[in-house]
Amino acid sequence: MRHRKYPFIVGFLIVPVALYALLVIWPYLQTFGYSLTDWSGESTVMHFVGLRNYTTLFSDTVFRQALLHNALLLVFLPVVTILLALFFAFMLNVGGRGGTGGVQGVRGAAVYKVVFFFPQVLSIAILAVLFEAVYRSDGGGLLNGILQKLGLEDPQRPIEWLNDPNLVLWCILAILVWSGVGFYLVLFSAAMQSIPKEVYEAALLDGAGRVQTFFRVTLPLLWDSVQTAWVYLAIAAMDAFALVSTLTPGVAYGGGPDYHGEVMATYLMRNFLYFGKSGYACAMGVVILFLTLILSAVALRVTRRERIEF
Amino acid sequence: MSTPIKDPTPAPERLAPAPRPRRTDPRTRFADGGGVLNVFSHGFLALWAVMIVLPLAWIVLSSFKTDGQIGGSAWTWPTHWSLEVFVRAWNKGIGGFFLNTVVVLAFSVTLTMLFGSMAAYVLARYEFPGNRVLYYFFVAGAMFPVYLALVPLFFMVRNLGMLNTYQGLILVYVAYSLPFTVFFLHSFFRTLPTAVHEAAMIDGCSHTRAFFQVMLPIAKPGLLSVGIFNVLGQWNQYILPLTLMQKQSGSDRDHSMLTQGLVNLMLQQGYAGDMPALFAGMTIAMVPVLVVYLSFQRQVQAGLTAGTLK
Repeated sequence: MRHRKYPFIVGFLIVPVALYALLVIWPYLQTFGYSLTDWSGESTVMHFVGLRNYTTLFSDTVFRQALLHNALLLVFLPVVTILLALFFAFMLNVGGRGGTGGVQGVRGAAVYKVVFFFPQVLSIAILAVLFEAVYRSDGGGLLNGILQKLGLEDPQRPIEWLNDPNLVLWCILAILVWSGVGFYLVLFSAAMQSIPKEVYEAALLDGAGRVQTFFRVTLPLLWDSVQTAWVYLAIAAMDAFALVSTLTPGVAYGGGPDYHGEVMATYLMRNFLYFGKSGYACAMGVVILFLTLILSAVALRVTRRERIEF
Repeated sequence: MSTPIKDPTPAPERLAPAPRPRRTDPRTRFADGGGVLNVFSHGFLALWAVMIVLPLAWIVLSSFKTDGQIGGSAWTWPTHWSLEVFVRAWNKGIGGFFLNTVVVLAFSVTLTMLFGSMAAYVLARYEFPGNRVLYYFFVAGAMFPVYLALVPLFFMVRNLGMLNTYQGLILVYVAYSLPFTVFFLHSFFRTLPTAVHEAAMIDGCSHTRAFFQVMLPIAKPGLLSVGIFNVLGQWNQYILPLTLMQKQSGSDRDHSMLTQGLVNLMLQQGYAGDMPALFAGMTIAMVPVLVVYLSFQRQVQAGLTAGTLK
């Protein structure tokens, strides 16, 4: 009955593989090729320029500024998100006062989880409209409205969140944290639930407090998940395209004011679709790709620890 | 994902809101349970929940306000409640975007599930040379950000003559959803029992029929999880339609997806436009996601975090 196996295998694989190779793999590979040309995107004419796009890139001050902003996101996004998510996950899974059953989460843990995760399923467009309104630069904005209500801000001189060169990047970071914490909370919760309760009960019998339990028991046992979260957040920090392009001021794909909100991805898209420098944009893409790969490898290497079996 | 109840404590005792007797027994709770830390951590959980719900509720409420109120203060209350604004938003373009998205998703999700499950099934259940290579070929695509392939993808779709067409976007959505779908379903098909399949084969069932009539019905839970994931993911997709669904000429029909159309409305209208309609449009875009999320939140959270839990 196995004699017609190969026609079946080929028949099932041919469409998915062809579609995937044509629309996903081939464009990725082409990016490398185009990055060595002076292709403008509009014409079919292009010249091989070797590594010139790459050398131009490293003396491009805007790109360097964008790189710096991605680096800042890279430092703060994982740290803030992971700390908040770990804290919440711990509270929701083991932080409760414990009934006769021993270790459990705080009351209403299930509801908190549903609420905290919700921003994760909202699209970028919804986040953009929402935070455009929250960060409004007059009393009609939610943040300025709250600050004015509390008397912390002069209504005549409201804070222009997204137009302030010193604030714009932090506003973007806040949105990324706001929407990301729930996801990592659920990730850590799943890992925490696989830790046997006896471990906690032992700690509890020995008189450990919650802080001690967290640092001595939970964190070491969760290290694998924390590592995964770190890599995911590092990749997200290298991206940030959608929020920056929709929320920050600028002619095409945001990046303002005066490049203070620029990230590499928005600069890439502007070069590609607005300046017509497709070859240059591809070179940028290749650099971002390698930076992301190196970062993931480094993150995995640096955070590697002895695995604890339980 | 609600916390599974692991301890055998009878329900009434768990629900009893009387912690007093427990408090006297030092062994049943953390040494520092209660007190300042408890108030602090409960407060912080509640604060974060408010930070998520408040902006969303505020902006839904704002769609009932007038333009003047929105520009004035964040703290005004709508004067008259009428659904007229939602009708206005729907007629102003949101309705068209909504229907475009539904049409595209109806085909793209169906095809994603069909091709994804076919490929995953063959890769998971049949031995043939190159099996592992193909599997990694699929999974690798999930690791790179989409915008790295955007430049060549744009020209690829243009050469196929499919810019700003439903079929072009459907094919691209399917191709970019395959990595995760194959990855998720591959591990799912591996866990299914082989006995039923073998029995069907002995009864003279063909490979194709065994797949559609025996294996797919058994795999329903896995298909549901990844299907919901794809619905949400494709519904929220922003950067792909932004690049591929722009009007090619003045007479070209506007095939914008909902997310893209919403952001365009936001960017065009700015502060001078019809803000209540924009907020109403955002609400319309959010409602389907909210309904899907609340009805299937277990599967949503499982599906979204499955990619990170190896």
